[in-house]
Amino acid sequence: MAGQHNSTSSGGSSERAPRTFRVWRGDARGGQFHDYTTQVGEGMVVLDAIHQIQAESAPDLACRWNCKAGKCGSCSAEINGTPRLMCMTRMDQLPPDGPVTVEPMRAFPPVRDLVTDVSHNFRAKKSIKKFTPRKPDAPDGTWRMQQADVDRVQEFRKCIECFLCQDVCHVLRDHHKHDEFVGPRLLVYAAALEMHPLDTENRLADLKNRHGIGYCNITKCCTKVCPEHITITDNSIIPLKERVVDEFYDPLTKLFRIFKPGK
Amino acid sequence: MEHYQTLEHDVVVIGAGGAGLRAAIEASAMGCSVALVCKSLLGKAHTVMAEGGMAAAMANVDDRDSWKVHFADTMRGGQYLNNWRMAQLHAQEAPARVRELEAWGAVFDRTRDGRILQRNFGGHRYPRLAHVGDRTGLEMIRTLQDHGIHQGIDVFMEMTVVSLLKDGDRVVGALGYDRERGRFRVWKAKAVVLATGGVGKAFRITSNSWEYTGDGHALAYEAGADLLDMEFVQFHPTGMVWPPSVRGILVTEGVRGEGGVLRNKDGRRFMFDDIPDNYRNQTAKDEEEGWRYVCGDKNANRPPELLTRDHVARCINREVKAGRGSPHGGVFLDIAWIKEKIPNSEEHIRKKLPSMYHQFITLANIDITKVPMEVGPTTHYIMGGVRVDGDTQMSTVPGLFAAGEVAAGLHGANRLGGNSLSDLVVFGKRAGEHAAKFAKEHGAGAVNPAQVEDAIRRALAPFDRGDAGENAFAVQSDLQGTMQDLVGIVRTENEMLRALEEIGRLKARAAKVGVSGHREYNPGWHTSIDLHNLLTVSEAITRAAIERKESRGAQFREDYPDKSAECAKFNLVLRKGADGRMQVVREPVRPLPAELQQIIEENK
Repeated sequence: MAGQHNSTSSGGSSERAPRTFRVWRGDARGGQFHDYTTQVGEGMVVLDAIHQIQAESAPDLACRWNCKAGKCGSCSAEINGTPRLMCMTRMDQLPPDGPVTVEPMRAFPPVRDLVTDVSHNFRAKKSIKKFTPRKPDAPDGTWRMQQADVDRVQEFRKCIECFLCQDVCHVLRDHHKHDEFVGPRLLVYAAALEMHPLDTENRLADLKNRHGIGYCNITKCCTKVCPEHITITDNSIIPLKERVVDEFYDPLTKLFRIFKPGK
Repeated sequence: MEHYQTLEHDVVVIGAGGAGLRAAIEASAMGCSVALVCKSLLGKAHTVMAEGGMAAAMANVDDRDSWKVHFADTMRGGQYLNNWRMAQLHAQEAPARVRELEAWGAVFDRTRDGRILQRNFGGHRYPRLAHVGDRTGLEMIRTLQDHGIHQGIDVFMEMTVVSLLKDGDRVVGALGYDRERGRFRVWKAKAVVLATGGVGKAFRITSNSWEYTGDGHALAYEAGADLLDMEFVQFHPTGMVWPPSVRGILVTEGVRGEGGVLRNKDGRRFMFDDIPDNYRNQTAKDEEEGWRYVCGDKNANRPPELLTRDHVARCINREVKAGRGSPHGGVFLDIAWIKEKIPNSEEHIRKKLPSMYHQFITLANIDITKVPMEVGPTTHYIMGGVRVDGDTQMSTVPGLFAAGEVAAGLHGANRLGGNSLSDLVVFGKRAGEHAAKFAKEHGAGAVNPAQVEDAIRRALAPFDRGDAGENAFAVQSDLQGTMQDLVGIVRTENEMLRALEEIGRLKARAAKVGVSGHREYNPGWHTSIDLHNLLTVSEAITRAAIERKESRGAQFREDYPDKSAECAKFNLVLRKGADGRMQVVREPVRPLPAELQQIIEENK
């Protein structure tokens, strides 16, 4: 992994000063914080410091990362207690004194050091019914959609699957309801499908029964940590909750159903 | 001996970016059992970083566009060293692949009449890139991923392949390890598709992630396959240059497509000063015409900022070397200036280039809606790769296929922006289809345990040397410095000969790399394995670049600054000789059929 060399490449002079990083090291059996000191310069992000530590003093320090530009969502961690992407957390955004703590996402089982087992998210996604488009609008097999009609879905599709929203969600983090609740990321995914102008599938029963949408009590922690600034709660979860309520709890709808056989 | 698990599939796909996912989907749809092996988590591959768009002549924005114009543009961009069959198939099939993504749930930006919007890009005659803001790659990989997970494909995440397994001439599987535990595994298969991407980590300044270590190139080479066109490495003209830790991160060509201009420290739009003859007829005469083009005026020619990437990168390099650069060794890329032209420009920029806005404000404290960016060239893409058949994507080794960046041919000497995303799906589909056919027509071969054990022994050797061995990170860093400084954007014979010597020394050091600790998620160990691949591709790039004594496309030779008619007649093939040494062989360029030649003439 060569990211550490970026931090030493030329490009202008910059002041460098030592800084201590308190990094959690361990695995499923347990672990503890270790202190590492490395030089920090202008513009550096936390991921740069982790890479420097790997190259200088801990070559076996495990950390997941790819793009280093906030696009792939691999380097999620908890920095000074807040879920963030390490590649997008600049050192000058953190308090200037004291050690910087870096620990793995706590809502997922630890694998090693900063790497966690995020397989829950992949399993949960598979349980959501896939995109099923209506018949094409034009004879050449294409569809027509107005930009205004896709803006809403495009917001959800910005998601980089960093799973920070899952990490901060108390239903998963504190109550460990992974088997009953898919979590905010997958609710955003479901919303992107449900609100897709071409989609014809109905996922409301699943959202209510299998995916546990009722567990969310709208504390909006997920929205706060989203690095893509997706308004997870207001724009995706609440509208989905409203649809579920309309479908299953609305007394008028219930009444209509009695008289309307079929659906 | 080390224990390993053996799994059997009809087709194994190595790599899960756009090409690998598309290949896996196709092979699976044809009834094959498919294993998809990815170095990272599913959905994190390099495709996710592609920004600008996906080139396809759908003619939604300009009805003069057609596959023929796209074909001619691609050949012109590649300086006619392209595999013309691939350029033809790519141009013909890309529109269907875009529409297919829409049918699988992709949500592209729209035209006023509700169709898929297309934007301008360098070297493309008409607005041709289907896009989603500046995150088109994310849209593509997520669409393929979300479609693929319902296709019954067995996905193996965070597993790295270290060797291909052969039965006689034929490839019959792959050996790899999982990062989580460091355990080995054999995927036995009737056909193998390489979709491993590129080699950017051979250079110091690159837009590529740690994964891009030339794995597929080296796996194919070691398995006896031909590599082609390895001298052609694309330096993207616009990477970030400041602060140091983000140097090399990509700034999409879409910025220029939306009207961004390049200026030197004196404020001069230097791109107007050097327009190649073969593009003169298609380039704006002045700034006013360039802006009209950006606004969609069909009678205007494109601004010189949208010339091909090789040319723009060299012009930037020249400005910097002449002392006319920006404070941190780049030039200025200005999109904020469009406020002179349109109302609500700040909102417009944030809407069209949201990731760029986000990237600069977060990492560099720069608001691109208000001030110019500083940019400079960054290693971005390799046109060269595994030599494949244009129709089937099969390499010169039976049962081994390649698609996407790891394959060579489509782009010739220089790739046009936007032709990569379409490459992934056009040839990913073809590779998957023909790998499935091959699997059905050929039974399973036999895996030789001695090959497996030998490869495992080599992979684990660094642990035997422990801390006493060389540091893998240090060797990798020295290789990156060598390639950056001696085989970079401007090349000379003397420097490249020095690079070859240095690569020889680095190989000796790499053979002595030691790793301490455990096998679980140990980046030092992983780097020691990747290092072998990086050294192989670095040698291939350097040997080919020495052999091509001319400047063409992405290859610029200071000692041979012009194109040579002689060199236009061959591609360079690299293969492992019987003595184990790398051979460079001239392969005559296949002549174009008359009808394709005519298309090129008509579009000159």
